[in-house]
Amino acid sequence: MDHWIQFWPRTAAVNGEVVNALYIAELAVCGLILMTVVGLMFSFCVRYRAGSTASRANLTEKTWHWEIGWTTATLVLLLIGFVWGAAVYIWLYKSPLGDLEVYVVGKQWMWKMEHPGGQREIDALHVPVDKTVRLLLASQDVIHSFFIPAFRIKHDAVPGQYETVWFKATKPGTYLIECSEFCGTEHAHMKGEVVVMEPAAFALWLRDQGVRESLAQEGEALFREHGCSGCHGENSTVHAPSLVGVYGGIVHLQDGSAVRADERYLRDCILLPRTFTVAGYPPVMPDFSGQLGEDDLVKLIAYIKSLAR
Amino acid sequence: MRSLQPEIQYATLSQQGETAQLGMWVFIATETLFFGALIFTYFIYRDAYPKEFAEAGKDAVLWCGSVNVGLLLTSSLTMVLAIDAAADGRRRHLKNWLLATAGLGIAFVCVKGVEWCLDLAHHDVPSINFIMKPAEAPAGELFWVFYFIATPLHALHLLIGLGLILYMLWRVRRGDLTPAYYAPLEVVGLYWSFVDTVWIFLYPCIYLVGRS
Amino acid sequence: MATITAGLPTSYVTSENTISSWLLTKDHKRIALLFFASITFFFFIGGIAATLIRMHLATPEGLLQPDIYNRMFTMHGIVMVWFFLIPSIPTTLGNFIIPLAIGAHDLAFPRINLASWYVFNLSGLVLLYALIMGGIDTGWTFYTPYSTLFANGYVIAATLAVFINGFSSIMTGLNFVVTIHRLRAPGMTWMRLPLFVWGIYSVSLVMLLATPVLAMTVLLVAMERFMGVGIFDPARGGDPLLFQHMFWFYSHPAVYIMILPAMGVVSELITCYVRRPIFGYTGMTYALMSIAIISFFVWGHHMFTAGISIYSAVVFSLMTFFVAVPSAIKVFNWTASLHKGSITFDAPMLYALGFVLLFTIGGLTGLIVATVALDVHLQDTYFVIAHFHYIMVGGTVSAFFGGLHYWWPKITGRLYPEMWARMAALLTFVGFNLTFFPQFILGYLGMPRRYYAYPPEWQAWNVLSSAGASILAVAYILPLGYLGWSLLRGERAAPNPWRATGLEWQTSSPPPKHNFERTPVVTAGPYLYDPEDGGFIAQNGAVNA
Ligand code: HEA
Ligand code: HEA
Ligand code: HEC
Ligand code: CUA
Ligand SMILES: [Cu+2]
Repeated sequence: MDHWIQFWPRTAAVNGEVVNALYIAELAVCGLILMTVVGLMFSFCVRYRAGSTASRANLTEKTWHWEIGWTTATLVLLLIGFVWGAAVYIWLYKSPLGDLEVYVVGKQWMWKMEHPGGQREIDALHVPVDKTVRLLLASQDVIHSFFIPAFRIKHDAVPGQYETVWFKATKPGTYLIECSEFCGTEHAHMKGEVVVMEPAAFALWLRDQGVRESLAQEGEALFREHGCSGCHGENSTVHAPSLVGVYGGIVHLQDGSAVRADERYLRDCILLPRTFTVAGYPPVMPDFSGQLGEDDLVKLIAYIKSLAR
Repeated sequence: MRSLQPEIQYATLSQQGETAQLGMWVFIATETLFFGALIFTYFIYRDAYPKEFAEAGKDAVLWCGSVNVGLLLTSSLTMVLAIDAAADGRRRHLKNWLLATAGLGIAFVCVKGVEWCLDLAHHDVPSINFIMKPAEAPAGELFWVFYFIATPLHALHLLIGLGLILYMLWRVRRGDLTPAYYAPLEVVGLYWSFVDTVWIFLYPCIYLVGRS
Repeated sequence: MATITAGLPTSYVTSENTISSWLLTKDHKRIALLFFASITFFFFIGGIAATLIRMHLATPEGLLQPDIYNRMFTMHGIVMVWFFLIPSIPTTLGNFIIPLAIGAHDLAFPRINLASWYVFNLSGLVLLYALIMGGIDTGWTFYTPYSTLFANGYVIAATLAVFINGFSSIMTGLNFVVTIHRLRAPGMTWMRLPLFVWGIYSVSLVMLLATPVLAMTVLLVAMERFMGVGIFDPARGGDPLLFQHMFWFYSHPAVYIMILPAMGVVSELITCYVRRPIFGYTGMTYALMSIAIISFFVWGHHMFTAGISIYSAVVFSLMTFFVAVPSAIKVFNWTASLHKGSITFDAPMLYALGFVLLFTIGGLTGLIVATVALDVHLQDTYFVIAHFHYIMVGGTVSAFFGGLHYWWPKITGRLYPEMWARMAALLTFVGFNLTFFPQFILGYLGMPRRYYAYPPEWQAWNVLSSAGASILAVAYILPLGYLGWSLLRGERAAPNPWRATGLEWQTSSPPPKHNFERTPVVTAGPYLYDPEDGGFIAQNGAVNA
């Protein structure tokens, strides 16, 4: 950083610009309110100091119309702030389908990123500029929180579940990644950097990582290794659902409900098969919790996702 | 019999008595939230794992729980009869009903003890000898954790209640529970019915989930 | 009570003077002093931790080991919240003043009051044990599964301390609720209660209804750790977020436990030094009660980024905005109360004005973090740290000091030295802003909290903050000196040195053992001051006395 004292963080993503606008607007309103309160207090304190000659006659006796007045005024201001904030929040947290999806696994005290092509990084994340990047957050141990200040995005990575978050970087450069949920001794050093690159440079970078297999291919190997294919394979004799095209569709469950098959659902199928059953199938799928680490799960899920029709 | 004076901050004895009762009601409100928080966690997990909880609940010893419901309900009745006797100044009845209440409470604790031994024999005690049955994985243990937090806490409250009843018996002997002032007994009675009520709520959570 | 005393009655301080007459006292005034000693001790423990934190953060890599730093902020948070700020105003000023202010001879349950002090100290001992044995490093929030499966400190001891501490809170709260319901003097109707009494009443309700949930929550954490079972462990079917829901169900109301009594104190101070009735008394009481009630429905705002559903987050945000409405009523009413007054700027008034300003800044930044989209960026950064220190330190601690100065003559029978006290009040204000304002900027820059190391470009703001903290330390140590001095050398106080209207001023300073020679009869509302000639009517009808 070239300034010795910083007043404003860098902004390098569309998310950041939207958040900035909201922040500046709220700061302005809050500043205005504060100035009003301070101004009134100050002038009353001067005008009505003991011994001043200002008239004290006709003290306001009926106060309720004042109170109703400023209560409604604040309520209106607050509702504006609320609606704006909620709209931006929903936009920030409802992740669109990304141009690129990266799996992020937090563990004490590092971030592991896995690209769909199989490229792997630790404490660094390379992404192309102007593309929507969707991150899938998981944690291997405690709760961490994935935070990129320059993009104004943050989301906790909670063990036992998947969370998603997205951004669209606008300026090439290197920005800080931090962990913002206390996670133990080296929490303060659970940092990394996100490197935003021009698309061509990014393509080169992907190629130069020297990977032989994509994430899905690795997943396919695991799929065989753990015996999933024995049931879910094409010529299996077990009555198990085919996994082709499950991802993204609607699945009907035994208890009559229907769910959208996202990553979280697939994960639960593998780790908690006993808590729900797909309609029309026997509940015989074994429980794989404890046998598969977050890394392996990521690969299996990438594979199942690749089976789209 | 001594003649009682209200404490310095009260104008009259009846004000003192009413205040003590209000105090107990307020205390019961906080206790409700205390057990409420526990039962709330239970429902959260039961909602997440209905089948596992039902499976685990089948191992709970139904007869113990049910006998205990009977014991506690009866003890509430004897408690009310004791208060009634105090109001009329029938000291001997008062003493006997209090003794009956205490007896029923002790019986409850004994049944509870037996039940815990049975649970131990069934390998249902988490962190001591818990064995997970395949049908209740992964959440069956949570049921038993709940059980082993809720029942000892309830038993502890019951023991405190027993202590209070013994204290009341002592005060009966000393002769300072008179028809003019027996508010302490009413306060204990309130507490005792609360402990009862908690059991009424715990009972279906523990014994009936697996058997509906 | 047929004793006829000639001349001045013996005060509660001098009536008996054995050690056991203090340690076994049932007098609410003495118990208030006992509590005062305990919480001052813990304020300094918490303050020492804060001093170390700020010393460490003056440089990017600091001077403490990472593990030590983590233990420091955890200790700081736990001690300051449960062992200082929550008990501060209720157990000391509340304990002393409430019975006097409603014209009672004591609290409803004096033995429970004393027991509360013992339980408090017991919990303090358990906490000190945890501290001395090696501390804990979970943060004051004990988030699972870190606290249950990964932390290597004395988590069980610390949670036990918090658990026991809860009993003390409950006993105190219960006592106040029952006392205020049943022991008001004849004529003291609800709408004649001073706002300080209302503040304590509303806070007691929150204590009673929130604390048991915390007790259960920390009990579950201790169980999970102690028995090695998986209540919040996702690998065993548990849900780590459930812990957060339960914790904040208590801890959000708990932050209002820390502010409501302060609001009560400030209302007393402002009317007395402005010498006019409070603007909108009825509105103020409704505001206190509605803050207390709404506070139970906003806890989710601490979990906006934790993975709760988007829509529940939005609802929690809306509820959070609603809490601001009664707070707005209060701020505006205080401001309006200055209108057409006859204002003097004694130390308590300076603290009170400081309170209103700092609370407003803290509250307004609270709204910024309550805006869901902004909280995505600000959650767990120094912005949040600044937000709550503005309210808790700038607000509540200032109000506590203000109230302490205001009631000091009543409590001790001596006047404090005015010039020194004004200096301390100004120093607090300056030091405070210097410490915590830079943290708002750091927060938006993206400095996460609980970081023992930070990038060098953020050092300038951190240095400013640390410099401010040392001024603040002086401002807090100063009163210890001159108040101590006044105990021995201060001018003797008359029964009503500030010409205030409350019943507590209608008995001698310090009050006799049972507060009043005979139970007062209330004939007037709480704040009958006349700004034109400075006169007043006390609540028992006495004019200018
Ligand atoms: C005494 C303590 C106290 C009090 C009173 C408050 C009051 C408020 N708090 Fe604060 N808060 C804390 C202590 C407190 N807080 C603590 C300790 C934490 C962090 C815990 C942790 O994680 O360790 C926290 C965290 C916290 C968060 C979570 C931040 C995060 O972790 O990401 C949020 C989010 O909504 C929040 C919001 C609010 C709001 C909206 C109020 C409102 O009640 C404020 C209302 C007041 C005003 C609004 C000012 C006066 C009003 C006007 C002058 C009217 C005009 C206004 C308008 C028209 C806008 N607080
Ligand atoms: C509730 C009340 C309360 C109070 C009064 C304070 C008071 C102060 N706090 Fe507080 N603080 C919290 C509650 C409080 N804090 C909480 C809940 C947290 C979150 C913890 C967590 O993350 O888990 C926190 C966290 C916190 C942090 C963030 C740590 C981090 O996240 O890494 C910082 C950093 O500046 C800080 C600073 C201060 C300072 C400078 C004061 C000053 O106002 C203190 C001034 C007082 C004194 C200085 C005492 C008097 C002087 C002395 C004792 C002299 C010292 C003597 C010797 C050294 C011999 N606090
Ligand atoms: C013994 C046979 C068996 C094995 C081995 C097995 N499954 Fe299954 N699986 C099933 C059955 C039967 C179902 C449908 C019933 C249910 O939901 O429990 C199923 C359901 C699923 C579903 C949900 C499909 C849908 O249509 O929604 C997914 C995803 C899945 N399995 C993945 C896997 C993976 C990954 C593995 C290996 C790690 C695996 N399975 C191993 C039998 C098996
Ligand atoms: Cu990971 Cu903090
Ligand atoms: Cu809150």
